Amino acid sequence: MAKKSQQLAVDTRPWRDPGNNKPFVRIKNVTKKFGDVLAVHDVSLDIYRSELFCLLGGSGSGKSTLLRMLAGFESPSSGTIEIDGQDMTDVAPYNRPVNMMFQSYALFPHMSVEQNIAYGLKRDHLPKGEINDRVAELLSLVKLQDYGRRKPHQLSGGQRQRVALARALAKRPKLLLLDEPLGALDKKLREETQFELVKIQESLGVTFIVVTHDQEEAMTLATRIGVMNLGEIAMIGEPTDIYEFPNSRFVAGFIGSVNMVEGVVTEDEPGHVRIRSSELGCDIYVGHGVDCAPEQLLWWAVRPEKMVLSREKPHTDHGANVTTGTVEEIAYLGDISVYQVALESGKRIRVSQTNSIRGKPDAITWEEKVYLSWDDQAGSVLTV
Amino acid sequence: MGRGWFLPIAAALGFSFLYAPIVSLVIFSFNESSLVTVWSGFSTKWYAALFNDPQLLGAAWLSLQIAAVSASIALVLGTLAAIALVRFRRFRGRTLFSGMVSAPLVMPDVITGLSLLLLFVAMESLLGWPQGRGMLTIVIAHATFCTAYVCVVVQSRLSDFDRSLEEAAMDLGASPVRTFFDVTLPIIAPALVSGWLLGFTLSLDDLVIASFVSGPGSSTLPMVIFSKVRLGVSPDVNALATIIIGIVALGVLAATIIQLRSKPKKPA
Amino acid sequence: MTTHDPTYPPPRRLKPWTTVERGLAKVGISGRMLVLAAPVLWLLVFFLVPLAVVFGISLATKQFGRPPYSPLLTTEEGTVQLTLHLSNYIRLFTDNLYVAAYLSSIRIAAISTILTLIIGYPMAYAIARAPDKWRNILLMLVVLPFFTSFLLRVYALTGFMRGNGVINQFLGLFGIEPLVMMQTDFAVYVGIVYTYLPFMILPLYTTLVKLDVSLFEASADLGARPLRTFLSVTLPLSMPGVIAGSMLVFIPAIGEFVIPSLLGGPSTLMIGRVLWDEFFTNTNWPRAAAVAMAMLVVVVVPIMLLQRAQSSVVEK
Repeated sequence: MAKKSQQLAVDTRPWRDPGNNKPFVRIKNVTKKFGDVLAVHDVSLDIYRSELFCLLGGSGSGKSTLLRMLAGFESPSSGTIEIDGQDMTDVAPYNRPVNMMFQSYALFPHMSVEQNIAYGLKRDHLPKGEINDRVAELLSLVKLQDYGRRKPHQLSGGQRQRVALARALAKRPKLLLLDEPLGALDKKLREETQFELVKIQESLGVTFIVVTHDQEEAMTLATRIGVMNLGEIAMIGEPTDIYEFPNSRFVAGFIGSVNMVEGVVTEDEPGHVRIRSSELGCDIYVGHGVDCAPEQLLWWAVRPEKMVLSREKPHTDHGANVTTGTVEEIAYLGDISVYQVALESGKRIRVSQTNSIRGKPDAITWEEKVYLSWDDQAGSVLTV
Repeated sequence: MGRGWFLPIAAALGFSFLYAPIVSLVIFSFNESSLVTVWSGFSTKWYAALFNDPQLLGAAWLSLQIAAVSASIALVLGTLAAIALVRFRRFRGRTLFSGMVSAPLVMPDVITGLSLLLLFVAMESLLGWPQGRGMLTIVIAHATFCTAYVCVVVQSRLSDFDRSLEEAAMDLGASPVRTFFDVTLPIIAPALVSGWLLGFTLSLDDLVIASFVSGPGSSTLPMVIFSKVRLGVSPDVNALATIIIGIVALGVLAATIIQLRSKPKKPA
Repeated sequence: MTTHDPTYPPPRRLKPWTTVERGLAKVGISGRMLVLAAPVLWLLVFFLVPLAVVFGISLATKQFGRPPYSPLLTTEEGTVQLTLHLSNYIRLFTDNLYVAAYLSSIRIAAISTILTLIIGYPMAYAIARAPDKWRNILLMLVVLPFFTSFLLRVYALTGFMRGNGVINQFLGLFGIEPLVMMQTDFAVYVGIVYTYLPFMILPLYTTLVKLDVSLFEASADLGARPLRTFLSVTLPLSMPGVIAGSMLVFIPAIGEFVIPSLLGGPSTLMIGRVLWDEFFTNTNWPRAAAVAMAMLVVVVVPIMLLQRAQSSVVEK
């Protein structure tokens, strides 16, 4: 049984076994300069068939430039891009097996919804009947059957977004690029559309590359996420990897909320590491080996929900992983409450607790002295 | 607000200043008497006189032809110039080019007229072309300064243009030329229409430049009007002005309505 | 819907223009050059070269014949000789007529520009602050006269201002003696203000309409009276519009010919008129060319001011 599920995992997650799987999109050492500005710096990235890959980053991180290079609107200053084994360097945008959904949607304002969707098919000189069938099929896919004759300005934001998607899918591209596909929608619509987008992607099996600055969106949509920072890829991984096992302080801080403390390695064994942190006021015992040296300065990052808050000092092994402080602020968010605890060093730590008991009368409150504890796998040790 | 009354009154006075002379001109075009300023009864005889004046009709026809041809030439040249200025961020001689395109906008008419005439004379003695002066030379002169106006109008439309529309077309398989005709051209079409109309009106209106570069027997409508007006008032000019103002007012009104209607409404 | 359709996309045909473009690219002609070629050539031949010709002829002298000026290059016994005359320019500085005409043109243009600004600013401001549905109609009313014939609008003014014109008849109703307005400098001011008002209002409107209403509210909130707010907030922020509008009136007004010749008197000296007379009445082409060159020098600074102001109007 266990073996079978492992096999399934590899089948649907080809990136876990790169030796036996050929990547569909291959970005090799791509660099892009605009004048003296380095927009993308030495990015290498493999994306597999039927993936929904998210490029996540802030503005100016180079994610959109990378996407535009895939579409052919920019050409790399150096490096190569291969799609389905074909080098794309000299292929014009209009000859690539790639379609793009634009951030502004870029719907042609002078054409109806149907004409917009049919535009790409007409460029391929498909017979009229087939174009009509294809357009009807796409309209029903995005649930806009009754809107074919409307002009873009007669549609709502959500409807326009769906027309843009239908138009980009019309030519059955091998690869669909989506630039902030949900960016212009309001929060509620965005959440609904996220799932619809995943459903469409799964049913068609098209490879999606999505650019977004919204970490929640990336976590919901993606099979894998590439976090970009200052033109470079900071980390590539499945959403859980990125959140639970960030590889750097940047990634840990960029996604979700995190407590970051400095510490010095005092014990460095193959099976565990002990870190002394004066900020935290205690030792951190990490239950696995870390590639580091004794006396090395490093960082320990822990998510607020991975810590436990208590009035009594809890028992912990190894005389570590527990510290004390005073509750300074409480943010009640309904499902959880976030406590800000000031440690003796002055360092403030955020801890979140699930509100599993309704209207708990003796909940921890302001100015109380509390203990913070965590297990030996709770945090990530970061050296960069 | 303290000056709540000031702005509306100032605007009302300003608009009456703009329109009072035009209104009085229109009213007196229907005056019986040949004295343009003393009302002596309603009549349309000056309109009839207008249509029996072969010199005036000939000049009007010539002016219309010149305006149509030079506006069309200017449309092509001005659009190309606008594309170059908006889309080609850097090229050699860009500053000189943009200066050459916009200078005719502010160049005093007498200088433009004189310089083109001297050019035509010099070219004729060197190359034997253009032979004499007339419609051709007026068209060239008008097309030159209208190009500047077309360019300004098209330029402002092109710089508002969302480039991702063109990228979308190319992404869907349209070649650059195809993209231009399928997407760019239809979207900038309103600017092309207003650029052409602007060129047409300016050409129709020009007196000074045409006076320099026209030859014998090729008097444009403004030249004929000017010679009449210079000699004193003539009520048939009032009638002509009324017709022109009427046509222009209708045209501008129609253009405004079309523009207001075609403006994409913001979706809910 | 199938995912991988082996028949799609269909094989691409090489489009004819692609081959043309590739061919041209081989000879070093890019699409850009094709776009640029026509306007560049046209403007070189019919705008830049003519100015050079004017400069050249301004260095010749008047002579009888066709063309009525002395040739710059003459061939004498096999050698080419270049003859340049500075006499036209010397005349410009020594003959009082020209100096007076330049100064008077600048004075008339400047006074008219200020008058246009005083009348146009409140109008532009009123339109910018008008309710949305009124704004387009008011703007159309400003532009409308601009599209009707310039010449005919000047003509309409003559009917208004002449001795027995509308204004004097109106004044007569109150027993006021007729005023002499035609053929005075006053009539020229009115004419320039009247015909160039739209050029002033439009750039002013463009800058004023972009000003955020909350700026005025903030100023009022901080205790400034409306006049103070106008002087310390509105006016400084609309300066690019003020400069652009003023230059758009000032520059063409300097070279104006129609207005002084229809509305001005014999004593109204303007350089556009002098050039016209020099050319048409005296047929002294070289002198007219020199007058034109000098006029260019006068308008160059305002033109540069205009370009600066326009680029900042666009940026905002």
